[in-house]
Amino acid sequence: MKSRTAIAVALATALALGAASACGGDTPNNNNTNNNNTTPAFNAAMGKVFNPSDKKGGTIKLANSGDWDSLDTGETYYGFAWNFSRLYARGLLMFRPAPGAAGNELAPDLAEGMGVPSDGGKTWTYKIRSGVKFEDGTVVTSKDVKHAVLRSTDKKTFPNGPAYFEQFLNLPAGYDGPYRSKGMNTDSAIETPDDNTIVFHLKQAFGGFDYLAQLAQTAPVPEAKDTGAKYREHFISTGPYMFEKVEVGKQYTLVRNPMWDQATDPIRKALPDRYEVSLNVNADDIDNRILSGDVHIDVAGTGVQPASLGRVLGDPNLKARADNPTLARLWYTSITTQVAPFDNIECRKAVLYAADRTGYQTAYGGPFSGGDIATTIMPPLIPGYQKFDLYPAGADNKGDVTKAKEALTKCGKPDGFEATMGYRAERPREKATAESLQQALARVGIKLTLKGFPQGDYFSQFCGNPPYLRANKIALCTNGWGADWNDGFGFLSQITDSRVIRETGGSSNISVRIPQVDQMIDQALAETDTAKREAIWAQIDKRVMEEAVILPGVYAKSLLVRGNGLTNVFVNEAFGMYDYLALGVA
Amino acid sequence: MFAYIVRRLAAAVVLLFAVSVVTFAIFFLVPRFAGATPETLATRYVGRAATAETVKLTAERLGFYDPVPVQYGRWVKAIFVGTEYDYGAGVEQCPAPCLGYSFITRQAVWPDLLDRTTVTLSLAVGASVIWLLMGVSTGVLSALRRGSIFDRMAMGVSLAGVSMPIFFTGMVSLVLFSYTLGITAPGGHYTPFTQNPATWAYNLLLPWITLAFLFSAAYARLTRAGMLETMGEDYIRTAQAKGLPQRTVVVRHGLRSTLTPILTIFGLDVGLLLGGAVLTEKTFSLPGLGKYAVDAIVANDLPKVMGVVLFAAAFIVIANLIVDLLYAVVDPRVRLG
Amino acid sequence: MTFLQLRDLRVSFPTDDGVVRAVDGITFALERGRTLGIVGESGSGKSVTSLAILGLHNRRNANVAGEIWLDGAELVGMPADDVRALRGKKMAMIFQDPLSSMHPYYTIGAQIIEAYRVHNAVSKVVARRHAIDMLGRVGIPQPDRRVDDYPHQFSGGMRQRAMIAMALSCDPELLIADEPTTALDVTVQAQILDLMRDLQQEFNSALIIITHDLGVVAELADDILVMYGGRCAEYAAADDLFERPEHPYTWGLLGSMPRLDRARTKRLLPIRGTPPSLIHLPSGCAFHPRCGYAERNGGKSEKVVPELVESTGRHLVACHLPIEVRRRVWQEEISPSLEAR
Repeated sequence: MKSRTAIAVALATALALGAASACGGDTPNNNNTNNNNTTPAFNAAMGKVFNPSDKKGGTIKLANSGDWDSLDTGETYYGFAWNFSRLYARGLLMFRPAPGAAGNELAPDLAEGMGVPSDGGKTWTYKIRSGVKFEDGTVVTSKDVKHAVLRSTDKKTFPNGPAYFEQFLNLPAGYDGPYRSKGMNTDSAIETPDDNTIVFHLKQAFGGFDYLAQLAQTAPVPEAKDTGAKYREHFISTGPYMFEKVEVGKQYTLVRNPMWDQATDPIRKALPDRYEVSLNVNADDIDNRILSGDVHIDVAGTGVQPASLGRVLGDPNLKARADNPTLARLWYTSITTQVAPFDNIECRKAVLYAADRTGYQTAYGGPFSGGDIATTIMPPLIPGYQKFDLYPAGADNKGDVTKAKEALTKCGKPDGFEATMGYRAERPREKATAESLQQALARVGIKLTLKGFPQGDYFSQFCGNPPYLRANKIALCTNGWGADWNDGFGFLSQITDSRVIRETGGSSNISVRIPQVDQMIDQALAETDTAKREAIWAQIDKRVMEEAVILPGVYAKSLLVRGNGLTNVFVNEAFGMYDYLALGVA
Repeated sequence: MFAYIVRRLAAAVVLLFAVSVVTFAIFFLVPRFAGATPETLATRYVGRAATAETVKLTAERLGFYDPVPVQYGRWVKAIFVGTEYDYGAGVEQCPAPCLGYSFITRQAVWPDLLDRTTVTLSLAVGASVIWLLMGVSTGVLSALRRGSIFDRMAMGVSLAGVSMPIFFTGMVSLVLFSYTLGITAPGGHYTPFTQNPATWAYNLLLPWITLAFLFSAAYARLTRAGMLETMGEDYIRTAQAKGLPQRTVVVRHGLRSTLTPILTIFGLDVGLLLGGAVLTEKTFSLPGLGKYAVDAIVANDLPKVMGVVLFAAAFIVIANLIVDLLYAVVDPRVRLG
Repeated sequence: MTFLQLRDLRVSFPTDDGVVRAVDGITFALERGRTLGIVGESGSGKSVTSLAILGLHNRRNANVAGEIWLDGAELVGMPADDVRALRGKKMAMIFQDPLSSMHPYYTIGAQIIEAYRVHNAVSKVVARRHAIDMLGRVGIPQPDRRVDDYPHQFSGGMRQRAMIAMALSCDPELLIADEPTTALDVTVQAQILDLMRDLQQEFNSALIIITHDLGVVAELADDILVMYGGRCAEYAAADDLFERPEHPYTWGLLGSMPRLDRARTKRLLPIRGTPPSLIHLPSGCAFHPRCGYAERNGGKSEKVVPELVESTGRHLVACHLPIEVRRRVWQEEISPSLEAR
């Protein structure tokens, strides 16, 4: 009797479960049964390749609501531009076009292998593949890479690009770039013993130099054809595609580069025949065009506009075309030490305890398009990330009012105090964050006055300008940072090193002035062992959090939509958006 | 007449200078009141995490260390004799009229403006022809059938057209006609007329109609009011007393008088539109003067802003002049001078 | 058969406030070569009558009833296009203000040519010659040059002459002049009136002059029709009317006229009260609220509309006062106070 009942119950349960899953199977969410991953499903391009294919042909249409800062790899500083530049430019190394954690790995591109350090990490040598040609047929040599790197240090001609090379390379005194210091011997910085070898000499040891070698600035530029600031109008390609037409500010097209040789390029597949990029397109219109099929990719890669968000998330068919990656970007609030009573660490800790974390998340757009609640400075995507929470905010994540009040008492302000908070006026999310903090801190008696500043001058004249902060007693400032590349140096150096703070303003580091941290950064810089280096970054994270000068908000997330008909779609974790190198459209 | 035109053109040139001085001054003076230095100004034109050295070099390259009048003088001089531009690997000649180079895209402004003007011109001319025809004919019919269902409906639709902002009607039309029904081109497609007239017209069809809808509404109401007033004039009665057919009375006697103020408003509207149909261009992603202006202002790109302001002012001034001349030609009672 | 015969013409305009009875039963006759003067205050219905003859009322907002016979054709029931064919050709009108009545954008010549060519299939050259000819006929000097001038380039008197030229360009048999001299100086007035008389004799056209100025009709009219409140008050030959007016309203008009042959010490005698609202006409005799003799009728004036009755051969009056009473009042009371000639 018991066994029959048991069997009956088991059967019934099995039937019920089967029925339930069959009912739920109406929504296209059944990638368990989908081995090829070709059926649209939410997050189908996260951690795996959606719609894999090796078919060649077709035209990919991309649209940008803004513009490139420059097509010249020597001075472009946008993640999407670096993502895209791999189509027409080959740097020494590149981030692997692969889903999941593999996307964060470096792979040799123009170089044959990873860099070989010597001299304790002050010298780095790369071997360059033979047989790689420019689109005009000339063979690429190490001198072209040297010229590319050297010209990128000319900040008079190229003010936009990253400044790592001039920071690290041992350039001769008085060197003013290859145009004005033509003929000067620069072997102290870069040597080219033969056509296929390039050697970098640094001022100080830097263990992570391979990350500099993946920068687009290492893509070769022939000196004879270099036209300086005008080179962006036609960048001579080494990749599988070259520029057919460039109309600055309007649009450009890429077509196949006949000089590209698959034999020299084990990574790229080069599936489409053509790329068409439209610039300065209305952002909402881009979303509509992607949803209707007129455009494949929103190239800026930051996600759909708020207007389309509800539509995409609400419609199961559209949601099945969406992916929700977490980015290596942190939205946070700086807590300065230079305005009383925040010179006292306990008062700062009070802010960290009292902050409403879910409020911060809601202000940024909630769990889908805002981000995940952050408790550390480094986002989880950064290698070396360690999860910790020094200021637990209670079970509901709305803040620990009791602990906050304790901290206030300890810093001598048991009833709270008044303070001013700055935010970027054009950013509704930052305004909402400020308002959320205002409410949260009011619970413990901290009365915040909110001040919006124009974002164009935010760092140069207001929150990022120490004399202004001190004079106007601005204690809290909204802030945000995304790494240039996903490692501790790329993420932490610009926001936790006190030496980047200028009295004339302009730095993203508003509040972190910890000499011990500066030392730890130097230490990590020199460490050539990856695991050891990563451990130091984690320590720096914790040390800064102990100082309570940063209130982490959310690790950013974005909502992306796949264009109709795209193949090989996946999110590359290094860029936090779809990998543009791998896409096909046939 | 000739002397009048010359005088007006001279005044226009003076006005353009004044406008350029004011714009230049605003660009430099306003930040100065907030305590800006050449370096803080230059931070807008460098990449993120730029070093102090880069900022200084940029400030030097853009001439921010010179006194403002000197910078202005340089800009004016370039208009008349051109200037040289150092692009690092060499030096380029920028022939007169040279409106400088963009601080951000490093492109010469003058060719950009010409290019953009053709787009805005395409948009403005097409839309204006449509709205003039649609608006005036609707207005005339409404006036002649005052109080009828046609009149009421036409005025109701006009009210809607005038009240709804273009970024709303534009987006809705795009979604409806381009993305759902697929009968018009999506946003962001622009083909120059010289490349393919048929595609040029097809791509501009929806922006034309949307923009025309907005304006024709106003013109229908204007024409209707004008016609009602005109048709009550004494000379209309005389024309009828002469035995003229009603159509002749309406068109030759009625419409002729009504059109005069309408045409002058039309001229002014088109002049303004040429300065940049900002909202339409932004909604439909057309690379015209208006969008150029907005992007330039947001990015604080002075040479572009100066160029656009000058162009827009010139269009408006010329439009005003043409309208005044037209009025004198059309209405014999008006004497110029 | 009379050339122009109106019988019981009624024109009313329905409005939101009520029906405006602008013309409430007008009857008169006019022969070729003769002049009729229609006299009355503003709002008496004079212009509405003339517009009705020309068929210029908008059929949508005016109701025209009664009969208008022009040379044997009945105009009230006639299709609009047929009436239009007659306008300008058989019957023409001259309006009060020549500046506003002519299109400011077209030259005088163009407007006359237009009037001529709509009824005559001729070339522009021929029409232009005709226009110059007409301008000369109305006494405009250098017509070949002035034909290309615009209305605003003419003086007031010249402009009115040009308007007359335009009206006469197709040789109309009926000419209606609506307050032709009201907008002009006194000296110019006289010239225009002379011109009109000469032209009438030359063309042998029937002429209707509408005015509020008795002096004008004294000059020109053969017969005079006095209108009040949309109705006819008195209708007589001009001499008869001036020597033996029989309606109290006419007496009032004569009394309120400034005259050179009267001593300056005598005051003008205005008619007390104001013209009636055409929506709410007074009951009975329209004039009774302003009439100094209405109480002599024993209340009849307030109830019954007086009919237009012949008093002495072709002298028609619409008044309740008995003929003898009227004549007595005229001879004993009114005439002496006017010190008529």
